[in-house]
Amino acid sequence: MGLLRVLPFLLLMGASVLAQSPTYGVGRTPTADEIRALDISIGPTGEELPQGRGTAKEGAEVYKQKGCAVCHGAAGIGGPAPALKSKAGSEVPIWERERILPLRAPFATTVWDYINRGMPLGKEGTLTANEVYALTAYLLFMNQVIPEDAVLDQQSLPKVKMPIGDEYARLPDWKPRTRRLKDYPY
Amino acid sequence: MGSKRTSRRELLKGGAALAGGFTLGAVAPALGQTPASGQAPAHDHPMIKGSKELIAYGERSRFVTSVRIAHPIGGRPSPDAFGKVFHVAAPLQDSVGVITPSSLHYVATTRGSFMPDIDPKQHTLMIHGLVDRPLTFTMEDLKRLPSVTRLHFIECAGNRHNARQTNVQETHGMASCAEWTGVLLSTLLKECGVKGSATWFVAEGAEEVKGASSMPVAKAMDDVLVAYGMNGEPVRPQNGFPLRLLVPGFEGIFSTKYLRRIKLVDRYYLNYNDFGHLDEDAKVAALDYQIGPKSVITYPSGGQQLPGRGFYEISGLAWSGGGAIRTVEVSTDGGKKWNRAEFKGTPQRMAFTRFGYGWNWDGNETEILSRCTDEIGQVQPTREQVAKYWNVPFERNYRVPGLDNSVMPWRIGRDGSVKNGLA
Repeated sequence: MGLLRVLPFLLLMGASVLAQSPTYGVGRTPTADEIRALDISIGPTGEELPQGRGTAKEGAEVYKQKGCAVCHGAAGIGGPAPALKSKAGSEVPIWERERILPLRAPFATTVWDYINRGMPLGKEGTLTANEVYALTAYLLFMNQVIPEDAVLDQQSLPKVKMPIGDEYARLPDWKPRTRRLKDYPY
Repeated sequence: MGSKRTSRRELLKGGAALAGGFTLGAVAPALGQTPASGQAPAHDHPMIKGSKELIAYGERSRFVTSVRIAHPIGGRPSPDAFGKVFHVAAPLQDSVGVITPSSLHYVATTRGSFMPDIDPKQHTLMIHGLVDRPLTFTMEDLKRLPSVTRLHFIECAGNRHNARQTNVQETHGMASCAEWTGVLLSTLLKECGVKGSATWFVAEGAEEVKGASSMPVAKAMDDVLVAYGMNGEPVRPQNGFPLRLLVPGFEGIFSTKYLRRIKLVDRYYLNYNDFGHLDEDAKVAALDYQIGPKSVITYPSGGQQLPGRGFYEISGLAWSGGGAIRTVEVSTDGGKKWNRAEFKGTPQRMAFTRFGYGWNWDGNETEILSRCTDEIGQVQPTREQVAKYWNVPFERNYRVPGLDNSVMPWRIGRDGSVKNGLA
């Protein structure tokens, strides 16, 4: 009885000890600063977002200053790079509207993440956190996702309700040696 | 041809093969000499004089001119005016065997980019997030760990065939197969100790856009490779030097180049590359993820010319994201009768498999096609079959939902010309 009572505990301990011991001991532990510097993938909860804030008005200024218009057009339309502003109104169903990141993305964090990692072209990674918040706010306002005076920051950005809502497909639970789609023979 | 001359030629060849060794001094004067007038030349062909560069790093014959081309035709050029590279297709019409030479391997970049010129001594891979011990590995660290060497294809989502294309480079050239060497991602993850709450991982590159994709941890633990070697040498810059992820069977963009970071997370992260996979329909989303069974005849294929009736070994490539290829069938009558093709070598999981089928062309117009089945029973469909599955009327320009793994027909004309059967 005593053994039975501690057995699950022993098993748990065993499992965690097994899981925790490295086999080869190769590689070094990165410092917290090193991790923070590289940790630029912003997930839907926004936990990786840095401090900072920005509004659409400020974003319109940054858009001008950084030369975004050269590629994306003066108001997010008409440049050689992908359009940023939807021409259709919100009465058109989201999947019938253009494939525009700040419109169709399920999370505003995806927009922030891409501007931060990938813009401006040729000077990627040079925007400050405030500038990225401001540009994100400007693009979301441009597509009528948020009001002009909304302040985006670590707390408010992940809470932005994107127009797509829940209307997008989730990927199937992937398993090895399994058909890519159940009941699809091809 | 006299036996004396033959043996002399072999001597010359032997001298070259010895990489400029002892015989070179004796042979070189003969090479440089022009035969005196009236005398027969000492050999049938001009000779290639060795150079420091050619000895150090060899090159192919000047008669072999197969090259990569920008993809798609009429699309964005590579390089562009700034020297950026976008999408470049491999010349599969000239391929033999299953390995795509590194110089001819297809290239795709997220949005057109320069190749980062990374010093491997400075490059590291950091694994963090939901792990017991975040770890940073140098290239030297990675080479200390147990390695694997595997053949794997990579295929771009843009590898779709349509009626406007003329040859197999245009229709299927955004797929290639190489021998990859590296460490299994599972080996690295076990060193870090993955927490039970980790369900996805984000892999990120060091290029200017820092391309990042989310993938299931189940895939990481199965067969994902952190590769530093490609076809017997370091991975080429266009293919991710010094380190890339190789995600067997998944759409190409997942095989993150210039790999610098892997983060274990508890949800689908939906970074920019993932946004590219966003779809309204769950079925289409699934069919955009793992590559289905696919094959194509590379000889005879579009743009080639049959010199006349008679014997030809039809040759082609088959691959699947579901595992190894189990069977390939070839039809030489437009799909009425299917014949079992022969494998050239043993099919490997998620790798090109070369197949062949002996055929006597009677000189009549016909259509040749191939289809394959993989080890989990997925069958390569015709476009008609796909349309039927989706319950839509089939038309000539039917677009296969998800990644296009449909059968590719080549039409043989009476004049021996080979043309796109979809046209």
